[in-house]
Amino acid sequence: MFAFILRRLLQSVVVMLVVALIAFLIFRYVGDPIVSMAGVETRIEDQEIMRDRLGLNDPFYAQFWTFLSNAVQGEFGISYRLQQPVLRLISERLPATLELAFVSATLALVVGVLLGIFTALRARSLLSGAIMAVSLVGVSLPTFLIGIGLIYIFAVELQWLPSFGRGETVAIGPWRTGFLTDSGLKSLILPAITLSLFQMTLIMRLVRAEMLEVLRTDYIRFARARGLPEKVINFRHALKNTMVPVITITGLQLGSVIAFAIVTETVFQWPGVGSLFITSVQAVDVPVMATYLMFIAFVFVVINLIVDILYYLVDPRLRVDSRRGGH
Amino acid sequence: MSAPILSVRNLVVDFPLRRGNFRALDGVSFDIAPGEVLGVVGESGAGKSMTGSAVIGLLEPPGQITSGEVHLTGQRIDTLPAAELARLRGKRIGMVMQDPLTSLNPLFTVGEQLIETIRQHMPLSEDEARARAISLLEEAGIPRAAERINAYPHQFSGGMRQRVVIALAIAADPELVIADEPTSALDVSVQAQIIKVLKDLCQRRGTAIMLITHDMGVIAQIADRIMVMNAGKVVETGTVANIIKHPQEEYTIRLIASIPTISRTGDAPPAREDQGGASYVEVSHLVRDFDMGATIVDRILRRPANLFRAVNDVSFRIRKGETYGLVGESGSGKSTCARMIAGLIEPTSGSVKVAGQDVWAGSEGARARRRAVQMIFQDPYASLNPRWRVGNIIAEPIRVLGLAQTASEVEDRVADLLRKVRLDPIVMRKFPHEFSGGQRQRIAIARALSSQPEFIVCDEPTSALDVSVQAQVLDLMAELQQEFGLTYLLISHNLAVIRQMATDVGVLHNGVLVESGPVDAIFDHPQAEYTKVLLDAVPDLAAID
Repeated sequence: MFAFILRRLLQSVVVMLVVALIAFLIFRYVGDPIVSMAGVETRIEDQEIMRDRLGLNDPFYAQFWTFLSNAVQGEFGISYRLQQPVLRLISERLPATLELAFVSATLALVVGVLLGIFTALRARSLLSGAIMAVSLVGVSLPTFLIGIGLIYIFAVELQWLPSFGRGETVAIGPWRTGFLTDSGLKSLILPAITLSLFQMTLIMRLVRAEMLEVLRTDYIRFARARGLPEKVINFRHALKNTMVPVITITGLQLGSVIAFAIVTETVFQWPGVGSLFITSVQAVDVPVMATYLMFIAFVFVVINLIVDILYYLVDPRLRVDSRRGGH
Repeated sequence: MSAPILSVRNLVVDFPLRRGNFRALDGVSFDIAPGEVLGVVGESGAGKSMTGSAVIGLLEPPGQITSGEVHLTGQRIDTLPAAELARLRGKRIGMVMQDPLTSLNPLFTVGEQLIETIRQHMPLSEDEARARAISLLEEAGIPRAAERINAYPHQFSGGMRQRVVIALAIAADPELVIADEPTSALDVSVQAQIIKVLKDLCQRRGTAIMLITHDMGVIAQIADRIMVMNAGKVVETGTVANIIKHPQEEYTIRLIASIPTISRTGDAPPAREDQGGASYVEVSHLVRDFDMGATIVDRILRRPANLFRAVNDVSFRIRKGETYGLVGESGSGKSTCARMIAGLIEPTSGSVKVAGQDVWAGSEGARARRRAVQMIFQDPYASLNPRWRVGNIIAEPIRVLGLAQTASEVEDRVADLLRKVRLDPIVMRKFPHEFSGGQRQRIAIARALSSQPEFIVCDEPTSALDVSVQAQVLDLMAELQQEFGLTYLLISHNLAVIRQMATDVGVLHNGVLVESGPVDAIFDHPQAEYTKVLLDAVPDLAAID
């Protein structure tokens, strides 16, 4: 187990290095940093001095090394647009995104898995058919359309929920949370539903397909022949086997909930890292873009690591000593 | 005679399908007494398994019992509501299914599965259930059960898993155990052990057993009475000796006649006297290692790789026009040998010569090999491309090897080949799924013949087929051998098939050829200890008195 995690960690480090290289290349070679930083009236000589002081004349590997060691210490440079450290910009806005992602991921997982089980077990019922039909909407409609639709119904027509922003937030240390205020929770509902709908329907369809597959296997038939009650068969035997492939896809999908909250954040003017990224792209704010890239890669790497470890816990067949496993 | 445990009267099972009703069982009646083993035999599709599923109430929808009665110790059970019928399962009727590799949930330990079953049916505490689970595993013949109870199914071999399945089936002392092909996925020697476990169980506990199998040999060894089924109907029922020695119905007579027997019968190929005949295929010192995967640390430290020697120094020769049989249990290296000889995997060392040409000698050897050596695989369902028409499947080698020029010439050849394997040439327009298993294996043979080979490697060509179909395919192979002077390497775990077909035989055990020689000499006077064990384990109809 320990060796397994160690090996995965090593692989993660390699992935992060590669991403860091790409981020560095963007940072360094997409546009000239000096031109971006310096105003129009800066003299050429001053630009050269800046170039020298910032180490931009050093050899490539030395620059990459500086970039790496800065990144490890949390130094990602200064935003061209806002003239603030990128790390501070991102960490200020991260709570908003993480809270949104957390709520919508939980929503997607719980509702998705439950509906998936239901539609698999009652495959022929009318309600399952209806759920499956509605789920097609979730899969096929683009996120922004769902968001706008929800805003129209619940914010404009019914006026139950706010249509934009985070509402009031409370600061707990450096973390500004919207969970503790009434308006914060209310503003969370629509974006969370919008963001989770696609994942939810995807997870549901996946769970359903896997579950139907598992219910046809010999060991489920044998579990019936052993006289186990349906509840035990469905929720102990079948569900655990269903979870193995579901964990993979879900893990990757949850990564993208954080990474691609951009559209939802834009529609709802949610003050998260997604909308920061969008405005940075518009302003060609390269340090923010490069950092965002590394941040997202980091999220995916961490989630994948967790998925691998979960795999290990769920499926005993993977726990065999790797030497004996290679048939 | 005491009151029967299970009594089935005029059982009818229907599958109402969109295109009309399919009657899977039609008026099936039988009894099983306490402590009795009833063998149910028949070909695939005869309704054997259906009968078992109907009794235990696990028919796949839309199948349903439309008439008839099922009584378990006098109580009628087919009309019970689903919930009550579910309570009978496991408690009063246990079940053992065919494939031990898939009938256990891979994500739970053996102990967890046993304990949950025991506690479902008996008012025992966790610890008491665990103690009972251990004693059940011991009873089913699993050594060191107390340690192994926490192991996962994949840590057991096939035979051991089937013992676990049996332990699960008897967990709550059922009066009746339905064993659906309990040994067909297992090797002969393991099969013998499992049969013994079932038989002991039956004697010790007085459990009635309904044994469903297509293997007459198994029935002969364990059953008290036989019920022969065909097309959803009972053909005849009687004691084992009566049915096998004096079958009454024509179907039974045909079924029994088609079973190859391990003892010498008249129609086997005559043994050749001289040993000096020129050998056509010469296999010498064949070795194949498999790398079982070295870890990164091993590679860095340059430790020797973790090798598994699947085939170890195997040498034999086959004379032209003869059949060499290769027997052994699963994992003995039979198929690896076959693949090396057919040129599919490269030997680690050693050589294979066909007609004096080394099949592994560069591209020259490869070209000669593709033409002269062909292979027939075990599973005719998996070895034919389902998206190709039969004509194309057979024509492919002809086209690739350039044996015919024009399209009509190719078609003539394909038609000719189909006639040779006793199929109507018109079938070349069809797809493989439109054929039965036996017909598909004929198509596979036609494909093998299409390159006009002189040597065919047959890897378990009949083990996926019913006995009567097996007999037809073996007959066809023998006829083709006569006609074209083919040389066969026949690989099988079925010793009776080998005896019937081969002139010489080799016995493989853990990759080593323990014995090789004329088939009669080896079967009648085995020298190696392993050969004796293997031969003893074969259930034989001739042993019935």
